[in-house]
Amino acid sequence: MSDFQIVVLWSDILVWLLLAAGIGLGLLISRSPPLLAAWRRVGASRPGMASATVLLAFVLVGLLDSLHYRPALESQPGEQTQYAIEVLSVLDALVGPLRTENEKTYSSPLATHLHAKETTEVPGVGTVREFPRLKFGGVHLDDPAQRGGDVAMTALRAVGLAALVWLALAALVAARCGGWAAVWRGRTRFAWNAVLATLGAMLLVLLPVFLLAGDYHVFGTDKVGQDVLYQILKSVRTALIIGLVTTLVMLPLAVVLGIVAGYFRGWVDDLIQYLYTVLNSIPGVLLIAAAVLMMQVVIDTHPEWFATAAERADLRLLALCFILGITSWTGLCRLLRGETLKLRELEYIQAAQAFGVSNWRIILRHILPNLMHIVIIALVMDFSGLVLAEAVLSYVGIGVDPTMTSFGTMINNARMELGREPVVWWSLAAAFSAMFILVLAANLFADAVRDAFDPRAA
Amino acid sequence: MLAYIFRRLLYALPILIGVNLITFALFFIVNTPDDMARMQLGVKRVTPEAIEKWKLDRGYDKPLFVNAAAGGVGTLTDTIFFEKSVRMFVGDFGRADDGRDIAREIKARMWPSLAIALPTFILGLFVTVSLALLLAFFRATALDFWGVVLCVALMSISGLFYIIGGQYLIAKVWKLVPISGFGDGLDAWRFLILPVFIGVVSGIGSSTRWYRTIFLEEVSKDYVRTARAKGLAETVVFFRHILRNAMIPILTGVVVVIPLLFMGSLLTESFFGIPGLGSYTIDAINAQDFAVVRSMVFIGSVLYIVGLILTDISYTLVDPRIRFS
Amino acid sequence: MLQVKDLRLGFASGERTLLAVDGISFAIARGETFALLGESGCGKSATAQGLMRLLPTAGRIVGGSVQLDGEELLARSEAEMRAYRGGRMAMIFQEPATSLNPVLTVGRQIGEVLERHRGLRGEAARARMLDLLRQVGIADPERRLDEYPFQLSGGMKQRVMIAIALAGEPELLIADEPTTALDVTVQAQILDLLAQLQAERGMGMLLITHDLGVVARMAHRIGVMYAGELVEVASREEFFTTPRHPYTQALFAALPDMTRRGMALTTIPGQVPSLAAMPAGCRFADRCPLVMPVCREQSPAWREAQPGHAVRCHWQGAQAAPAVVSSVADALPSGQAPLLDVADLKVHFPIRKGILQRTVGHVHAVDGVSLAISPGRTLALVGESGCGKTTVGKALLQLIRPTAGSVRLAGEELTGLSGRDLRAARRQLQMIFQDPFASLNPRLRIGEIIAEGMTALGVGGDAAAAVRALLQQVGLPDDAAERFPHEFSGGQRQRIAIARALAVQPALLVCDEPTSALDVSVQAQILNLLKTLQGELGVAYLFITHNFAVVEYLAHDVAVMYLGRIVERGSADEVLGNPRHPYTQALLSAVPVPRLDGAGERIRLPGETPSPAKPPSGCHFHPRCPQATEVCRERYPDGKTLSDTHVAVCHWVN
Repeated sequence: MSDFQIVVLWSDILVWLLLAAGIGLGLLISRSPPLLAAWRRVGASRPGMASATVLLAFVLVGLLDSLHYRPALESQPGEQTQYAIEVLSVLDALVGPLRTENEKTYSSPLATHLHAKETTEVPGVGTVREFPRLKFGGVHLDDPAQRGGDVAMTALRAVGLAALVWLALAALVAARCGGWAAVWRGRTRFAWNAVLATLGAMLLVLLPVFLLAGDYHVFGTDKVGQDVLYQILKSVRTALIIGLVTTLVMLPLAVVLGIVAGYFRGWVDDLIQYLYTVLNSIPGVLLIAAAVLMMQVVIDTHPEWFATAAERADLRLLALCFILGITSWTGLCRLLRGETLKLRELEYIQAAQAFGVSNWRIILRHILPNLMHIVIIALVMDFSGLVLAEAVLSYVGIGVDPTMTSFGTMINNARMELGREPVVWWSLAAAFSAMFILVLAANLFADAVRDAFDPRAA
Repeated sequence: MLAYIFRRLLYALPILIGVNLITFALFFIVNTPDDMARMQLGVKRVTPEAIEKWKLDRGYDKPLFVNAAAGGVGTLTDTIFFEKSVRMFVGDFGRADDGRDIAREIKARMWPSLAIALPTFILGLFVTVSLALLLAFFRATALDFWGVVLCVALMSISGLFYIIGGQYLIAKVWKLVPISGFGDGLDAWRFLILPVFIGVVSGIGSSTRWYRTIFLEEVSKDYVRTARAKGLAETVVFFRHILRNAMIPILTGVVVVIPLLFMGSLLTESFFGIPGLGSYTIDAINAQDFAVVRSMVFIGSVLYIVGLILTDISYTLVDPRIRFS
Repeated sequence: MLQVKDLRLGFASGERTLLAVDGISFAIARGETFALLGESGCGKSATAQGLMRLLPTAGRIVGGSVQLDGEELLARSEAEMRAYRGGRMAMIFQEPATSLNPVLTVGRQIGEVLERHRGLRGEAARARMLDLLRQVGIADPERRLDEYPFQLSGGMKQRVMIAIALAGEPELLIADEPTTALDVTVQAQILDLLAQLQAERGMGMLLITHDLGVVARMAHRIGVMYAGELVEVASREEFFTTPRHPYTQALFAALPDMTRRGMALTTIPGQVPSLAAMPAGCRFADRCPLVMPVCREQSPAWREAQPGHAVRCHWQGAQAAPAVVSSVADALPSGQAPLLDVADLKVHFPIRKGILQRTVGHVHAVDGVSLAISPGRTLALVGESGCGKTTVGKALLQLIRPTAGSVRLAGEELTGLSGRDLRAARRQLQMIFQDPFASLNPRLRIGEIIAEGMTALGVGGDAAAAVRALLQQVGLPDDAAERFPHEFSGGQRQRIAIARALAVQPALLVCDEPTSALDVSVQAQILNLLKTLQGELGVAYLFITHNFAVVEYLAHDVAVMYLGRIVERGSADEVLGNPRHPYTQALLSAVPVPRLDGAGERIRLPGETPSPAKPPSGCHFHPRCPQATEVCRERYPDGKTLSDTHVAVCHWVN
């Protein structure tokens, strides 16, 4: 007897495993001074830390969206508790009204009325064509004309709140890091000034948005009346999973095969090279398309495997990650093979060989640690590419499940509306902007990581 | 040289066979033809007869590898593997679901694809290399810094945005060119100009940044110091010494995509209604026309492998170190 | 002609500019060679680049004046400066392999200078280029003009670099370590060429080098640099007879030499201070044997000890008290059963071609080498680059599997061993590598690095205690075990590499050029250490090197290699004192000697070592041999036994 039933989706497991792996890796790194030094350089990079702050906000949303449950349906006492078929996440619970307050159809950002005229029956007047009031957006206003003032007031309050929160945070940082001056002049070893500046900007934007989101649809609603802001929030998890889980699939393949090919050479090398040349020669999109089509057949012909639609969409998402991973390990593999070829000629490897150290031990102790920087660089560099690829694939129809909210499905659903008069632009604009911010942050972070880890740059 | 090309072609054969086997496994072993039929005909209401008919129409009713019933050579040739996979090597791709010959369709559709992809490629290369040269020339100045920032911002924008935004702004709002469509002969340019422009712009960010790093890598080499020690002007050092060396990785890096230009671009063609191979592929994916997708995978691989061979050849042409040894 | 006054150069590092060159002044007259001598990191290359105003991006000219015939170069605009570069002043660099543009023909690269500075084009330019190539001693210049740099050998590339420098008819030639990357015999050719061209043209030359031998051979006047400052300027005679600065004296004392055999070399303790932490007083104070309190407080001023001989030192004495010379126990006599016995060792690398990777030929890297080492003795394997000496070392350890021949260590055959047996054998045999920066895994702690061999070979006992003992043995502090390689200097790293090899208590150490990447003073430390260890532990060395001074100092026996084969072997006295093979003779006479009397009769070898993929017919050496005759072209000579130990492989030795 409880109010909800916890649902653990496969992707949730992977997300939390990734988080655990990240923390574990962090602990490992803290014991290896060269890697730690490189991460310190990342920490000192102002663009790197600013983008990391933004990324962290995205990750937080993604994590909240990765705790799933099914709420209990109202039931008579004594009856077996029934759980809803719909799978919700903690994020859904936190943003409550955003998910449930659906309008009839399109409404523009912060609107009080629908976007299109409808024919309604007005008692005493007859049928009129007018813009009907929204069911939720701005209903607290007696007169829609007050909207401007109300929005401004709410935004103003939010800005004030943001300033307070930010000042508190800044004071905390300053107290811990040797005073205001040290922080602002960039004399701290960690780029606190960048983090604080970014936090300030984020607070200034996000707090007004969320305060307004209680009364309005800040980014409007889509064709079926769903809040666009809510969709954006839900898309974040999809993008993160595509970007992270894919590398998780790709990494072991690329690392193991690349090192083995480069270290043992001979027929092993020939075989692995053949394998990746073959996979590489199939143009990526086409290979993905073919694999996704086949996966669709499997899913569609086995409906009995999935208890809920969410589970099906989830497994499809993971399958997509898997396919993307299988098709994208070749580049990193070739890179690692080349580096291993160079490393194995280095004298410390020969010294180890002269001691009769076994090959696998040499690989683990001498080669792998000296390739870590390439792996880390590849990992962060691939992320943004994968987020962008998801949108394209979803548009082509070989991306995530159409019922799953993602930037790609949002764009795909909204792009036809540019042809309407007056134009419906907010859905597209919101999706593209959110994606741009995520990818830009990822790219800037990747640059900082690359600069810090690339031995040539150091 | 001929012997060299011949040898490279021989190298390509096992790779092509590998591609062929992978596609075969993907399309016929992961799912049986029965599954595919059931899926296309609708999972719920499907009769065994309908499935059989579906398979017969497409020639999927045969055994996969060994047809014992056929006897003789037919044991091996009258099979799905031979009919659907091996025959692709001689350019026989079979028929699409709408009954048209895929090979003929490909021949007709590759020209519109090329008409967009080739100008995009050439113009894009010219623009990005020039921009990269500019940034590298003014390296470590404000121009370089903001140029790189702009590049990162540009490459963070989704490719879909370039197309949707460009089409909306230029074709719909400003009405400078037709929104979509394709014409014959010289009339086609009106339709080409926007997709080519968008294609070039969307590639600026990543390519410029990549070429810039190649240029900068050359700038730090010893021979550049020698050239400066000769008293040459910075422009001469750049255009005579650095550009020549940097063009080797740049040119040989892009040669591999030249044959793939025939395949066109999936997104551009579908947005602009260009009757090329890209839109053909997208339509096939949406209609789940497996025969067409399979053919495109094979063609794409062939073109890629041709690209690899061209890359090797172009190396021998542009790099004297390889040309003379 | 060239007047440099108080030149200060720095490198931007964050918000600070670290001074790499701090106020140096010197002058060069027409027809004079001024040598800037110093160890790595002392700022001598930065000085050369600063004169041309060709510093790398981070480099800054902080102050001072550079005048060429009274014209101030530092005041010129960049465009005006270009008229000087390559015109009135030209420069040649250390690495001929990377300093030429790989995709332009030789003719094009010389032609640029002619066009820029002499206004020559077309036929006139071509004629001038041919003339230049002939002057720098390139045969068949018509053909070479249209070739690309990769088609030339290392020596020829440096000749082309010189031709490029000469094309602008410079008054001043700056040569930045022009022969460091070249083999001894080729170095001799290039030095001859430079000296001859300078004399013909009356050029001033600034020669930058770390090699006292090259200085003795080339310089008229010498400036010694240390940590960004000039510390001593003297004429050649003064410099070699009465060096004044303790640093200069230490440099001389650190040189290994025949006369110092059995003695420990003088070393300079510590290392050059880093740019970021220059001491306030004399920069050499921390390492100086004669340091006085004033040295740490006040930077010494210039003092003219003799006319034309200036020195920056507080100490006024003439010659430093000779450092305490501790003699090192010499090795066991030969005559015992050899520890290592190598017979007819061959290592051939297949050259593969075509789709099926058919073997179309072999690189005969090692082609029938036989040698023996007795316990506790040192055999030096000497040869120029590409002669296969490193391959021999690796083949002994079975890091490269020999193609044929036998390697017997203490009577046990090593070739063909594998697994457990090979591991057991490897306890007896270890290797020290050339590059101290590539031979330690940057991700492991020193303790782990040293213990690796013990773990792998199952050497029992307390590993931590063993590591401490080893660190002490090679002269490193105990806490080094917890640190990482990047915290150590080149010399310290080489000590760590030695400790790692010693950890398994081998009977034989293969030392592959262990000091060639190190500065002279550090080299002395390592040589001393090796010698001490031999005395204490009785370990035998196979010392692979191209440096004859080291051979003279360290080796008991010497084997000279040329193109995969040993051409002469014997005891050190026999081979070095009475060389019989023409190659050994030429090699010895080509080594620049750091003494005034070094300029004796020289044997000059033409050409360069041929490729081991296509060794010449008959005697491999005949195309370069001054004594070659018909029989040399036809038949490979047999070894001629000259004494119990001395063998030379030549038709003309009786």
